[in-house]
Amino acid sequence: MDFLTILQILDSSVRLATPLLLACLAGLYSERAGIFDIGLEGKMLAAAFLSAAVAAVTGSVWLGLLAGIAASMVLSGLHGLASITFRGNQLISGVAINFLASGLTVLVAQDWFAQGGRTPSLGGDARFTGLTLPFADALAGVPVIGPVYAELISGHSILVYLAVAAVPATWWVLYRTRFGLRLRAVGENPAAVDTAGISVVGLRFAAVAICGLLCGIAGAYLSTALQAGFVKEMTAGRGFIALAALIFAKWRPWQAMWACLLFGVLQAIALRYQNIRLGEITIPVQVMDALPYVLTVVILAGFVGKAIAPRAGGEPYVKER
Amino acid sequence: MPKWAEVILVPLISLLLAAILSALVILAIGEDPVAAVKMMVEGALGSTYAWGYTLYYATNFMFTGLAVAVAFHARMFNIGGEGQAMIGGLGVALACLYVPWPHWSLGLLGAILAGGLFGAGWALIPAWLQAKRGSHVVITTIMFNFIAASALNYILVNLLKPKGSQDPASARFPEAVHLPTLHELLAPLGINFSKAAPANVSLLVAVAACVLVWALIWRTRLGYEIRAYGQSEPGARYAGISGVRIILISMVISGALAGCMAINNVMGEAERLVLNATEGAGFIGIAVALMGRSHPFGVFLAAILFGFLYQGGAELALWTKIPREMITVIQALVILFTGALDNMVRAPLERIFLAARRGRG
Repeated sequence: MDFLTILQILDSSVRLATPLLLACLAGLYSERAGIFDIGLEGKMLAAAFLSAAVAAVTGSVWLGLLAGIAASMVLSGLHGLASITFRGNQLISGVAINFLASGLTVLVAQDWFAQGGRTPSLGGDARFTGLTLPFADALAGVPVIGPVYAELISGHSILVYLAVAAVPATWWVLYRTRFGLRLRAVGENPAAVDTAGISVVGLRFAAVAICGLLCGIAGAYLSTALQAGFVKEMTAGRGFIALAALIFAKWRPWQAMWACLLFGVLQAIALRYQNIRLGEITIPVQVMDALPYVLTVVILAGFVGKAIAPRAGGEPYVKER
Repeated sequence: MPKWAEVILVPLISLLLAAILSALVILAIGEDPVAAVKMMVEGALGSTYAWGYTLYYATNFMFTGLAVAVAFHARMFNIGGEGQAMIGGLGVALACLYVPWPHWSLGLLGAILAGGLFGAGWALIPAWLQAKRGSHVVITTIMFNFIAASALNYILVNLLKPKGSQDPASARFPEAVHLPTLHELLAPLGINFSKAAPANVSLLVAVAACVLVWALIWRTRLGYEIRAYGQSEPGARYAGISGVRIILISMVISGALAGCMAINNVMGEAERLVLNATEGAGFIGIAVALMGRSHPFGVFLAAILFGFLYQGGAELALWTKIPREMITVIQALVILFTGALDNMVRAPLERIFLAARRGRG
């Protein structure tokens, strides 16, 4: 394997890791506030569809992005309504949201575009294109650094850079702001937060809204940047890989980025090679597909450092009377 | 709230809400909901052929619904029915392909054993991780669904696929393990049931499973322990019930039930193991268990309802502009209203009954 191939794989890893990272950070906000969210997949799917649909109709990818965020936030609101207001089971609500998105996207796509559940192909301004960072062309000739800068760092869509910027931003919000402190507290001990006179319901709805926002961007990235248009079930389990990455990272932002990059590399390798030969042994592509899930189970099992979820996660908060 | 309201009224109102929203969705895509319902009834209940498909789907959902319901009683949420049914399919396929069964009845027993064992085994790992290591069973069972799909893909493509075949599927099962369809079962009774429909003897096994699960949950000591643990973990511990044991046993039973679904779809219908043989039935089990309030009789009714929706939905997709995904939407709404938004329906009802009682007293 030569230098350029490695670079291409890493480049593709970054592209594939971006939706995982956005969804993973989305889940981080929600779960740190004590709201389990296995509906990341559905929210991404709904956002992917609506952003592609609006971008196709209006020709503006930015309007598409807004529409995608709106779709995802509506589903987030539903999750909040079920799990915060009506104190329902958060896991069941997540399952329902996944199915709702999976069914409705195809239903509406078929009704609007009649192309078998997909949107028309996007092109031109209806799609996010790669940004060429300054000096990328000038530096391309410099050995090692040049290709790394031009191929790997430059040339992605703006959403990729946004996702990377969201990592320190999330760290700062969680660990350096009052809101972040309260958010983490409400996921560990909501009664204490309530005693301090801060609204548990308000905080949790805020967390769920941020989750919807980030999932919306992740979905829009899938259909308007990574691919050109929506196809049925295009999230293909990415919401669950993001959930896996979140556990892998033990609910921390920087580690979430590394986990998503790792899973991105696995996806990129699986995409490029069908079977990998390491000397005598051949690793089948299915092993690469299953690896993120296997790693997550191993981490969850506590064999490689224990992953402890926020303590109040999954429990509806009932104020004492 | 009186018992009848709890058991009948709450699910009915939830179902009604889901139905109203589904009708609105159909209206929104420019179709007529009344005509759609008529077509569904005709297509799913209008002939023995239609019934044959409805009951075939219902058989699948009875197994997966019971699987979710048993785990619910121990307050475990087994989302892994899909993966357990896939691996159960592998067990059934191996039993049918590699054991020379003299008669289908023995083959069926062997297949139930193999499918149950494989499904139980696939549920045992997440159960053990939950019981011993505290890993959340919901997350691990989701992960195990994906791992099962990858594993099955590998096994079908690299190991079970006959030489020279392009299809990622196992060889056809021998004629000896062909399960009698309802057509063959009912013919001696003088009933002419459709020959083309896939409903088969597994339906009777599923109904028997409903009865057995009922007996297990409400008529045995183990069932009592499972329910006690589900109601209150500290209470159960105080009564000397081992949490580890209950988690392991309830998940193993759950996985075995999901695995047994394969006798219907793999052995009864396809008669070979194909990719994605489960077609999401494991997930529909969640809706069925919620709808049926985790009671085997409720699961039985809910499974038939979903069998009706599945077959009716397929007919709609065939004759109208309403795509098959409409069923997924209905399924989502049922899960939403009977599961997640349960309190939204229940709380106002409780208030009404309370007011009525006060008015009388």
